[in-house]
Amino acid sequence: MSVVVTSAERLLAGPPVEAGAESLAAHTARLGPLPRPGTDFIAVVERSGLLGRGGAGFLVGRKWRAVADRAAGRAVVVANGAEGEPRSSKDRTLMAARPHLVLDGALLAASAVGAEEVIVYVGADHRAAVAAMQRAIEERDSATRLPIRLVEAPVAYVSGESSAVVNFIESGDGRPTASPPHPRDRGVAGRPTLVQNVESLAQAALIARYGDDWYATAGRGPTSGTALVTISGAIARPGVHEIEYGTTLAELVAAAGGATTDIEAVLLGGYFGGWVGADDLREVPLDPALLAGRGASFGCGLIGLLPGDSCGVWATARIMTYMAGESARQCGPCIFGLGAMAETTRRLAAGSAADGDLDNLARWAAQIVGRGGCHHPDGAAGLLTGALSIFSSEFELHQRERRCSRQPATARRVA
Amino acid sequence: MGERLAIDRIRCDGYGMCAEMFPEGIELDDWGYPILRAGTIPDRLLPLARRAVEVCPVLALRLVDTLIANRSAAGPAQTAGTAGIGSRTGSRT
Amino acid sequence: MESLLWYATRGAGMVSLVLLTTVGCLGMLTVGRWQRPGWPRFLTAELHSNLALLSIVFLLIHVLIAALDPYTSLGLASALVPFSSPYRQFWLGLGGVSMYLVAAVIATSLLRNRVGRRTWRAVHWLSYAAWPLAVMHTVGTGTDGGTAWGLLLVGGCVVAIVASLAWRVAATRATRAEMDAVLPARRVAS
Repeated sequence: MSVVVTSAERLLAGPPVEAGAESLAAHTARLGPLPRPGTDFIAVVERSGLLGRGGAGFLVGRKWRAVADRAAGRAVVVANGAEGEPRSSKDRTLMAARPHLVLDGALLAASAVGAEEVIVYVGADHRAAVAAMQRAIEERDSATRLPIRLVEAPVAYVSGESSAVVNFIESGDGRPTASPPHPRDRGVAGRPTLVQNVESLAQAALIARYGDDWYATAGRGPTSGTALVTISGAIARPGVHEIEYGTTLAELVAAAGGATTDIEAVLLGGYFGGWVGADDLREVPLDPALLAGRGASFGCGLIGLLPGDSCGVWATARIMTYMAGESARQCGPCIFGLGAMAETTRRLAAGSAADGDLDNLARWAAQIVGRGGCHHPDGAAGLLTGALSIFSSEFELHQRERRCSRQPATARRVA
Repeated sequence: MGERLAIDRIRCDGYGMCAEMFPEGIELDDWGYPILRAGTIPDRLLPLARRAVEVCPVLALRLVDTLIANRSAAGPAQTAGTAGIGSRTGSRT
Repeated sequence: MESLLWYATRGAGMVSLVLLTTVGCLGMLTVGRWQRPGWPRFLTAELHSNLALLSIVFLLIHVLIAALDPYTSLGLASALVPFSSPYRQFWLGLGGVSMYLVAAVIATSLLRNRVGRRTWRAVHWLSYAAWPLAVMHTVGTGTDGGTAWGLLLVGGCVVAIVASLAWRVAATRATRAEMDAVLPARRVAS
């Protein structure tokens, strides 16, 4: 059982991902049985500094502590594998290949916070992940006293948002709800609920076996550990990779076979992240703390390479249209704000800008931040603000001269 | 210690009467939805704030204690060098 | 003397109906977001609440005098227990039911913060029942129901409510359409 785990192969160590779901027998043979550290485990997780992998990057230990304080043995743990971000595939890949690592993490969390139920929440369209988790749950049936069930999440961008998760499990309505009450206070069945990303849980499962000191041996910069990332767009081998925090973007691109063409810009962190200019490409360290320091975001580890002949305005218009479409339509600023931003960027992209469009975009993006019932409009606004900066010359051209600098045929191609 | 307005954005339907009642603290965006001014409400304006809360046909507004409201909004996990992320990303409510 | 009380209760009854009608129209104008430049929308909402409170006064005068007037010999019981009076039992009873519905709407509105938004809203819908019951009570019980001016007054109230209702339905549909034009509706559930 002493598998030498290289610093960048922890979650994905073991059989190749293509081999499919690792069975309980193989998982136990490779990593040993599920450790049972109990409530002391929260301190271990806190010491490790493990950050959530759902996109918000909260300290996992602190989150567990907050639920444990309220649980009184009646909490619920939800393993959040909804993965609403459309081009991110790390969570579904993890669940499809290492379902038992995820279940280990969920059970460890359950005993640490004092939960009496585990729910595995998987995106309904991620069939391989659903099948793998379902089978894994059945394999565990006799081994655990704790009820574990699988719930398929609706296909929507906001699906993974904590209050949306709880709302869907409770009522079949997958829209975010007003907070208070927060899921940690009143969630599933009115009980304190821990909604934790599946990758975070898998990391915790390894920490339980090897310790928090071990966890800190990976990571070149301020943030310790490894993370799953999805690289897509103009890349030779798009897909999911596990990297050590601090790996540079250039290294990751090389590991994925290199870019297929010149790169215009990189979308970092998904639609909740933002654009990084191509010039920074080589130097960008993929470390949440360092990225935040430069105003960027690691987010859910999505890295999208935008080809050089693409039009940044079109790429932005397409994303804004998607984000507007994914609004839960519960709040005016989101409905009207995102709608207006999407329509205006499309107009700009198509070369039919109206006077004041560019100014309006900047104004609206600033105006809607923090004014939705959830953070969906914030993500869209942040993305637009970043795009207006990175692609400023493109946007100016589209506004002033109502034309695109890219060849018409390729102008609409986006990452 | 003081009070400020808090709004349930999902309940809010953009009637905009709150901004009419309390223009010093509430203004409307391009689509008629309220933008709340940050910070504690000065004592002399509290009666107007209360009337704004009363007039809302959908009960979307309420007055909250500034100190308590700020603490609960911050959540259990303070950002650990991820300042830019915590305020923007999806799983936080 | 007896005529004075008799006229007072009928007068108060008519005023109650007019007030109830006005309150209903103002309520629908509020929900439908009726606006005119220079007219603050909160005034529509506040007039709605204030006139509702005023209507309690006239309703009380109407009910108490009608009940306690020796000429009518209705007695308080007839007022408080709908359909218990032998005099025009049915039509009078409708008035009693209407009165209780109005009381419920007003009470929950005054205690809105305590009862919570959902209860308050649910009870408020009862006002759509309270008004027609009041109209039927007026026409069926009211001695003035048969007079020209009485019918004119009631007719005016009916026209006002029907017009407001039509406007309200159209206005809320327009608001919904405006939202759908920006972003077509979508259900987030599997």
